[in-house]
Amino acid sequence: MWSFSHIANNLHEWLSKTFNPTMTLIIEMVLAGVAVIGLFAALGLVLVIMERKVSAWIQIRLGPNRVGPKGMLQSLADTLKLLVKEGLTPNGADKLLFNLAPFVAMIVAMLLMAPIAFAKDFQLWDLNIGVLYVSAVSSIMVISILMAGWASNNKYSLMGAMRSGAQIVSYELSAGLSILAVVVMTGSLQVSDIIHSQANGWWIFKGHIPMVIAFVTFIIAITAETNRAPFDLAEAESELTAGFHTEYSGMKFALFFLAEYVNVFIVCAIGATLFLGGWMPFHIGNWTGFNHVMDYIPSSVWFFGKTFFLIFVIMWFRWTFPRLRIDQLLNLEWKYLLPISMINLLIVTAMAILGWHF
Amino acid sequence: MFEEVGTTTEGDIIVNVGPQHPATHGVLHLVITLNGETIKKVEPHLGYIHRSIEKMCESLSYRQFIYVTSRMDYLSSHINNHACALCVEKGLQVEVPPRAQVIRVLMDELTRIASHELWWGAMAMDLGAFTPFFHAFRERESINDIMEETCGARLTMNYMVPGGVMQDLHPNFQKKVKEFMQLYKRKIHEYDELVTGNVIFQNRMKNVGYLSAEDAVSYGCSGPTARGSGVNCDIRKIYPYEIYDKLEFDEVLETGGDSFARYMVRIREMQQSIRIIEQLIDNIPEGDFQAKTKAVLKLPKGEFYTRVETARGELGVYIVSEGGTTPYRIKFRSPGFSNLSVLDHIARGSKLGDLVAMMGTLDLVIPDIDR
Repeated sequence: MWSFSHIANNLHEWLSKTFNPTMTLIIEMVLAGVAVIGLFAALGLVLVIMERKVSAWIQIRLGPNRVGPKGMLQSLADTLKLLVKEGLTPNGADKLLFNLAPFVAMIVAMLLMAPIAFAKDFQLWDLNIGVLYVSAVSSIMVISILMAGWASNNKYSLMGAMRSGAQIVSYELSAGLSILAVVVMTGSLQVSDIIHSQANGWWIFKGHIPMVIAFVTFIIAITAETNRAPFDLAEAESELTAGFHTEYSGMKFALFFLAEYVNVFIVCAIGATLFLGGWMPFHIGNWTGFNHVMDYIPSSVWFFGKTFFLIFVIMWFRWTFPRLRIDQLLNLEWKYLLPISMINLLIVTAMAILGWHF
Repeated sequence: MFEEVGTTTEGDIIVNVGPQHPATHGVLHLVITLNGETIKKVEPHLGYIHRSIEKMCESLSYRQFIYVTSRMDYLSSHINNHACALCVEKGLQVEVPPRAQVIRVLMDELTRIASHELWWGAMAMDLGAFTPFFHAFRERESINDIMEETCGARLTMNYMVPGGVMQDLHPNFQKKVKEFMQLYKRKIHEYDELVTGNVIFQNRMKNVGYLSAEDAVSYGCSGPTARGSGVNCDIRKIYPYEIYDKLEFDEVLETGGDSFARYMVRIREMQQSIRIIEQLIDNIPEGDFQAKTKAVLKLPKGEFYTRVETARGELGVYIVSEGGTTPYRIKFRSPGFSNLSVLDHIARGSKLGDLVAMMGTLDLVIPDIDR
């Protein structure tokens, strides 16, 4: 059957036959790099138009509908506009950090794509500490925001960056603890192991209520980590104009913008992988007929379907809720989410030891 | 004195919010002294949209000057016109026909609903929720359509003339207003579901920006801002004009004094306006829509003062006449100016994010403050 892993394997065989092993490795790395850059751009474009259409749908509007069929090429036109715009550097800005920050954001978003399984056996790098790698690399994101805020020489940017720093550092804890819940259940940090452990049921169904709690905590924490509303204090446009990227224009702004959307995709992909079975199809017990029909749907469709469902949920948050205040935001994390996820982790550990899950 | 850029001697940073800033809904300039996220001082700077409306009025005739006032508080332009027309009528001692009175009150209340709708949407946007803005505009749009049919304009209606209204109602008026009221009653629950009942929203609004009744009076606050602190100040009840004394409606009072109380006053006021329209829409008396007045109006020598309740509070019009065809001096007592003056008092000690919410609940319209 046609699948991503099939194409990848054929390509690998053909390259191995044609070139020597070193050359093959180099070509494959270049191809992977190009694929990541292409995916980065494509995801950005798709998610921007998706966000605009979802918001239009929620806000009883039509959304973009002029460029291309049903406005689907709007974000392409926007990108073109941003590419030709002048990238201004404000007076008194720290030029090196100011220009470096968007690239750090972009590189972090690209690095995070490595351990994600986009389809069955289709993964750039299935390293044995995949989940730890994701948590570790995603923390670098805050450095780019702090760099941008500090280097802009603008008080709004600085305040946005400081808010963002406090926020991301806090919410990483509960995101990490809810990821740990899955790791405890699975006994492995490797992404492929985690997915294979869900062959007979996704963790959100297998793990009873504690897993559901972990999932909800995870969704809240990643919404905060990616600076999305209702936790978008870093760019709170009604208070700080545009927060940490107030001074950015042109393609430098676009890189922040794209990185934000790609980050949303990545955290949703991680959520789908950990809790909703990644590319695993939906199976119900011993309904063999139903399970066969589900197996027939390609694994990439399952993965992207679940991921885009989570992305939709996060967009739904954004267009429904008002923004929290900074002290309420930190209260929510330190007074509620963190204790809850700590106790939850204890319960999950007990469950894993006693084998209470399915 | 301090520099307007940089930091104070105590190390607090000074942030200039505005005159071009998304939160100020206009060209208000706030100089905020911040200690971290905590506000130590707010100093509003005015004058960016000062158009000398009072001075302009001195060179315009009593028929003409009414229309300039549409541009003061552009969200309740109809009520501004009403205040001026009332003042001129007081000087001329003209009796306004009953039909014109009913039309004026109907239009006032429609304007009040439209203004509160816009406030609701804009305030939710200040708190970071975009969607309410579009929901509010859906209802506001049908009011604008009604205004467009009868008055010829959607925002600056210019429908009032001394002695009545400019022309008769459009034949569709009653039908359209009833349609609007049905739409409104069908959709009003969405407001509560989307915003009022939201936990995040309530946490942002409750116990924030407390204004006591004494302070509200001493700062000269009026309208929903003062009524949120429990001050009886509805001009429609205290000094009834037109036919307000014959109508059944409640003065909306909340005693909380915080942002949430001010919010609830406006939400409940919209329902009272609907109640007034319901009483009047089927009972518009027949007759003239305008009293007979001379072509050139001359007010007798003297001073005249009237006040009305706009969507934002008490609007006073003070005319000094020397007996000529133009006023000698005009002074407007605008609600926005006094309501803004309270901002520093209620904002001190709260967080930067709450300042935006407080400005939202004060319902500031900058051209009304500056004139």
